[in-house]
Amino acid sequence: MRSLIDILELSVGEIDALMGTADDIIANPQKYSEKCRGKKLATLFFEPSTRTRLSFEAAMYELGGNVLGFSEAQSSSASKGESVADTAKTVSCYADIIAMRHPKEGAPLVASMNASIPVVNAGDGGHNHPTQTLADLFTIKREKGRLNNLTIGFCGDLMFGRTVHSLIAALSRYEGIRIVLISPVELKLPGYVKSGILDKNNIEYVETTDLESVMPELDVLYMTRVQRERFFSEEEYLRLKDSYILNESKLTNAKSDLVIMHPLPRVNEISVGIDKDPRACYFKQVLYAKYMRMALILMLLNIQ
Amino acid sequence: MNIDSIINGIVLDHITAGKSMEIYRLLGLEELDCSVAIIKNVHSNRMGKKDIIKIDQVLDMDLNVLGYVDPDITVNIIRDGKTVEKKHVELPERITGVLKCKNPRCITTTEQELPQIFELRDREHGIYRCLYCEAKAK
Repeated sequence: MRSLIDILELSVGEIDALMGTADDIIANPQKYSEKCRGKKLATLFFEPSTRTRLSFEAAMYELGGNVLGFSEAQSSSASKGESVADTAKTVSCYADIIAMRHPKEGAPLVASMNASIPVVNAGDGGHNHPTQTLADLFTIKREKGRLNNLTIGFCGDLMFGRTVHSLIAALSRYEGIRIVLISPVELKLPGYVKSGILDKNNIEYVETTDLESVMPELDVLYMTRVQRERFFSEEEYLRLKDSYILNESKLTNAKSDLVIMHPLPRVNEISVGIDKDPRACYFKQVLYAKYMRMALILMLLNIQ
Repeated sequence: MNIDSIINGIVLDHITAGKSMEIYRLLGLEELDCSVAIIKNVHSNRMGKKDIIKIDQVLDMDLNVLGYVDPDITVNIIRDGKTVEKKHVELPERITGVLKCKNPRCITTTEQELPQIFELRDREHGIYRCLYCEAKAK
């Protein structure tokens, strides 16, 4: 029995296999519509989430399975003080697989150590969110046709953005990856990610505060939100926030086949006007995420 | 000052001066029935001053945790009054129940019965990270 807590638990070969399954699901959805008949997914969401929970649930329904669970801690026994371990043991009696989101880092790992069914980490605080990374990799693969020999820009809050750290870690295992880090000085990629992932894997990277100057180089632009609360002063936030909002004028020098991504939810960091641009892929990313979660559910339940 | 030699047991030598009580507690030596001698501030040519712990019993315990607390310790195994093995402790791959995670977002802060487990992630720099949240040990 296997769980997925951290994206790096999957080998490159396994990720390739998942993407192969997801491609096949897109091409032949009917073939998969009964694969999980009689199986149940428990979505244990101790904090609210729109996309991730609905994506897991849609994935299970499209595989012919059923879903049970809760969408906030207040509607679970956690509100009575039940431990994550006990919740995991209990739910193991009802379901075949768990998708868990929890505000505390490491909670899904604790669940996986106590459950007798596979546990998928659906986000634990600012720590890991492996199925988002699977969705991101699959989006790049679908839209660019490859996961190697790419220049990928990460823009916005690179310090606290868990999706950025996980995707950089996952991409560092592919050949010819060049990373461009675009952020305010206050929100630069942490040193331990640079030394522990980029330097360790000899990944070429540059850091800049200027999005427009590097735009022509990028094959992929991964946008994230610059949150007001991350700044020491309101003045600093107001001075910098517009630099990291993507609009039509900033795309003037971008490649015609640029892929624009965002883990969502978006607030104002991508102008709504960009949505119609064929290079905007963030809603496709949502769709691809569902297919990757379908592929992952099949893998963890050992269903061919 | 004379402390009797031991016949069968363990001598923890080259303990950094002042750390012997911490190690005594860490290894749970207060639970033992045998003689245990803590010798503090012994003259050492190499270290200036050092502490020594003598345990009058051969214990079956993993002493590698000492590698995290005080990496210069030498463990001497004594049998029939002679030193039969002298070894340096290594950094253990995993430390349980010694360090406490300081990350306020870690699951161990709300579920305090969980064992505090840290794993060695960088042997060269002696960096340990929390098993649950990967926060660096401080």
